[in-house]
Amino acid sequence: MSHVVSPIREKLVTGGKSYSDVTHDICKQVEGEPTKEWKIAFGISCLVFIYGAYCLFYTWWQGIGVWGLNKTVGWAWDITNFVWWVGIGHAGTLISAVLLLFRQKWRTSINRSAEAMTIFAVLCAASFILAHMGRPWLAHWALPLPNAFGSLWVNFNSPLVWDVFAISTYLSVSLLFWYMGLVPDLATIRDRATTAGRKFWYGLFSLGWTGSSKTWARYEYMSLILAGISTPLVLSVHTIVSMDFATSVIPGWHTTIFPPYFVAGAIFSGFAMVQTLLLITRVVFKLEDYITIEHIEMMNIVITVTGSVVGIAYLTEFFIAWYSGVEYESYAFINRATGPYWWAYWMMMTCNVISPQLFWSKAIRTNLMVSFFLSIVVNVGMWFERFVIIVTSLHRDYLPSSWAMFSPTRYDIGDYIFSFGLFFTLFFLFAKFLPVVNMAEVKAVMKGVSTEFTIKRIKPTKKTEE
Amino acid sequence: MSSTTNYILGVYDDEDEVLHAVGKVKAKGIKVEDVYSPFPIHGLDVAVGHERTRLPIAAFMFGTLGMICAFSLISYTMVFDWPMIIGGKDFFALPNWIPIAFEGTVLFTAFGLVSTFCISNDLWPGNKTLPLDIRTTDDKFVMAINVDKNKVSAADIKKALKESGAIEVNVK
Repeated sequence: MSHVVSPIREKLVTGGKSYSDVTHDICKQVEGEPTKEWKIAFGISCLVFIYGAYCLFYTWWQGIGVWGLNKTVGWAWDITNFVWWVGIGHAGTLISAVLLLFRQKWRTSINRSAEAMTIFAVLCAASFILAHMGRPWLAHWALPLPNAFGSLWVNFNSPLVWDVFAISTYLSVSLLFWYMGLVPDLATIRDRATTAGRKFWYGLFSLGWTGSSKTWARYEYMSLILAGISTPLVLSVHTIVSMDFATSVIPGWHTTIFPPYFVAGAIFSGFAMVQTLLLITRVVFKLEDYITIEHIEMMNIVITVTGSVVGIAYLTEFFIAWYSGVEYESYAFINRATGPYWWAYWMMMTCNVISPQLFWSKAIRTNLMVSFFLSIVVNVGMWFERFVIIVTSLHRDYLPSSWAMFSPTRYDIGDYIFSFGLFFTLFFLFAKFLPVVNMAEVKAVMKGVSTEFTIKRIKPTKKTEE
Repeated sequence: MSSTTNYILGVYDDEDEVLHAVGKVKAKGIKVEDVYSPFPIHGLDVAVGHERTRLPIAAFMFGTLGMICAFSLISYTMVFDWPMIIGGKDFFALPNWIPIAFEGTVLFTAFGLVSTFCISNDLWPGNKTLPLDIRTTDDKFVMAINVDKNKVSAADIKKALKESGAIEVNVK
């Protein structure tokens, strides 16, 4: 990452910050007492988590019969929520890995929280995998372990087994990437620590980091390689998730467009979720100088691009259903748009295809309130996308006598609430105990991107001699 | 970094300055032990004289190992140990194995690479080493010179550091 930046670029760090200001601003919330806002928000998410945990426990105890599934719709909110959370998770890797490879400097102040979001979102997704196994204590049966039934192995030809490998690899590699990114910043907190507790814990996890040039040189190679392998990894994860459907023979699922379509949707919803969180974080932690309007605008542009890709995918799907000449395929799509679940389909269309197009207007994409509102709209839309794909493809099968509707029970809803509780509890803990902005990376791009350094470069000030 | 070693530390407050200073100090025949900074500075490792890292080679080997492990496990279980006809597919159904082989490659590369990195830099949980000057994790850049490894006298080293733009010169 060279420091040559065109002077006409918008500043990524505003307010004339020095390196020491960066350290101070970011470490402040880690070192200070939790604020009242944080306590209230954390308290609410804990309550949500506890209620959700009760619902999830009840589901585990009673079995998935407590959900609203029936003979025809055998897969509904569980898998909808799973796909939704995995999709959301993709943005963190996109920001930290793909934007690193593309040398996008604006990623530096948002990658830490985006990656944290990835990890928590994938954990939420994993909770639905466990829940919908019905007997979560037998989850290890999905792994190729020697077992009590002789040498019976998992079926490596099944996309569901691919999914197990994809999700667990994704979670562990993301966690590793995130943690290695944290190490230099943990060392910063360790070296500033005034209490024995902080010295011990941040010291333990900063691994004896000293920041020598040799370590940094290797560190950069390591980050680059991790980014290089995470990029195809993130694409593979949602491709494999889409294959859970695409390799089946259900009309509406059995389409080759699924992998790219799912990946675009994942980036779309993930960026929207990052946007939602960043807009809150920058205000609560007073990080307006680091997460600037420029960042928000960039995010909105990515949302528009991926939203348009998703829109084209919807239209292509519809066209191909007609063009294929397969009656069942055509019916599946006509039923989506005009059948009993028409409202879900049009909700999806409005939220995902129409609403991001508003960002073509500069006034809208730089407006914080509108960006916040639309980022939530996008995620509502993306949840409906998965609902439409899953439930409306299933609810009218080949035999009209078995046609059915799906309605969620309080446990369907409760398990979904659990994932929100888990996500926000973890996110608030992260925001309190770990630096939410990658200090080392922000400092590394400050020359050329912060106002103060540009001025300094134009008018070099004379160093005071000792 | 035992406490018996004699270090002279030149403290700088700008990354470009420390980068140029390394060249200036080395031109006087002084051996620079290392430079500590709060963030990576491009070209600094070359200036100090570190060899190019071989981490990419390690990563490639771990990746290859991961792919071989994944393919071996799948072919052993699906072809030799308990072959089953699934959907009329061949026992040796190579295209179906690519996703997991790929995930195995990535998993081994990531963990192998990070472990190699940590071992080669002596990073481990509970390692109590601190930077020679703890301000280097905040906003200062420190050039460390090992007096014992240099033939140049301590006074000359200090002078060279000052001349190269150091804002402070400390002994540790």
